[in-house]
Amino acid sequence: MKCAPFEYVRPTSVDDVLAALAEADGEGKILAGGQSLVPVMALRMARPAVLVDVNKVEGLSDLECDDGSVHVGALVRHRTLAEQTAHPLLAEAARHIGHTAIRTRGTAGGSIAHADPAAELPVVAVATGATVTVAGADGDRWVAAEDLFAGPLMTTLDPDEMVTGIDFPVPTRWGFAEFARRHGDFALVTVVVAEVDGDLRIVVGGVGPVPIRARSTGAETLGDELTPTGDLHGSADFRRGLAIEMARRALASAGIQG
Amino acid sequence: MSVDITMIVDGERFDLAVEPRHTLADVLREQCGRTGTHVGCEHGVCGACTVLVDDEPVRSCLMFAVQARECTVSTVEGLEGEDGTLHPLQQAFADHHGLQCGFCTPGMLMTAVNLLDTVADPDRETIRAEMSGNICRCTGYTGIVDAVEDAARSR
Ligand SMILES: Cc1cc2nc3c(=O)[nH]c(=O)nc-3n(C[C@H](O)[C@H](O)[C@H](O)COP(=O)(O)OP(=O)(O)OC[C@H]3O[C@@H](n4cnc5c(N)ncnc54)[C@H](O)[C@@H]3O)c2cc1C
Ligand code: FES
Ligand code: FES
Repeated sequence: MKCAPFEYVRPTSVDDVLAALAEADGEGKILAGGQSLVPVMALRMARPAVLVDVNKVEGLSDLECDDGSVHVGALVRHRTLAEQTAHPLLAEAARHIGHTAIRTRGTAGGSIAHADPAAELPVVAVATGATVTVAGADGDRWVAAEDLFAGPLMTTLDPDEMVTGIDFPVPTRWGFAEFARRHGDFALVTVVVAEVDGDLRIVVGGVGPVPIRARSTGAETLGDELTPTGDLHGSADFRRGLAIEMARRALASAGIQG
Repeated sequence: MSVDITMIVDGERFDLAVEPRHTLADVLREQCGRTGTHVGCEHGVCGACTVLVDDEPVRSCLMFAVQARECTVSTVEGLEGEDGTLHPLQQAFADHHGLQCGFCTPGMLMTAVNLLDTVADPDRETIRAEMSGNICRCTGYTGIVDAVEDAARSR
């Protein structure tokens, strides 16, 4: 299908993006890579009156390393994340996002803001204790990734706020494992293991409304904590089983006995 | 309200007035006469609409034409030589039965062009992985992978 008509604006600064969103009064949406928003609009599940294209906003495409973490501007494409070497876990996760033609357009900020429960970057963000920089009318605020995700495709962002960047701490040990039906598909289950400042986290995507941070530190006990719901892609039991196996693999590749 | 844009498509300059909601795929087909670019699913999953924008592969159904303002777009129709000689990938697809109905072929070819541009010596597994974002309902894929492999080898 074709998208419903909308007004298109292309600001070049964060301030102008915020002004455009405020003016749209709840009817505006940010357009970043378009790899999630445009399908939803084409299916007429979203009909924003104003699209605020942020692709020409300056200063949001940088990737900088400092002090044990990597700052990723909101407009950094998945392809760039996959090719960088400063944060190997992010690179590994980004390589699992869709296909090349998706990764050339899709952005880190878009993936975090979209909050798909099956997406890779939100799981990495929670596992590494990432901090999301959010610009709004009252200036910037900083949100811990685990406080950002509120449900499937839901965040604690206000409609007139914008993610401008994410700081991902570089883990000392890490592991990544996911299971997808076909190469490039959204994963049924993703497990990320990351150790940051001596704190080991196991975080599971695809088994709940948001990335789930496990209390246990072993693969077997992890299964008892999870309450996945079944759908046509896989039953609850199947997903739980996958989570245990993916946790085992992620722990093994992190060099941790699970 | 339409927006004026300029873009270069297969080396040809277009000055167009486009509606913001029209995708690059729509505008290529309906305003640039480039019907070689096919539209299947219109939501990013089939890959038929893949073109190169500033030398990077994109789904032209997920990019609005207004976003391609001042960009260089390459479609399947720019692949053959001036004299009609097929591009080596096109020839390989013909030689290896890499197509039957041909609906997926424009996207397959543009994805493969990018693959050969970015990977020096792709093995079969790399080719399969890289082409997996393009769906074909006819061939069973073997001929497509054979064709890309042949084109990569005979460079
Ligand atoms: C065929 C296909 C396969 C895919 N496979 C995967 C996969 O395996 N794993 C995966 O994780 N993703 C996958 N994706 C989605 C892809 O990763 C998207 O890039 C990502 O989900 C959204 O990023 P975007 O930049 O494209 O955002 P957009 O589509 O432009 O926007 C998505 C949402 O986020 C909002 N938004 C965007 N940027 C910001 C910002 N800076 N601040 C606030 N709000 C913002 C928009 O308003 C919109 O609501 C796939 C997509 C397709 C089409
Ligand atoms: S038509 Fe664009 S991916 Fe299917
Ligand atoms: S040749 Fe018919 S869809 Fe691929």
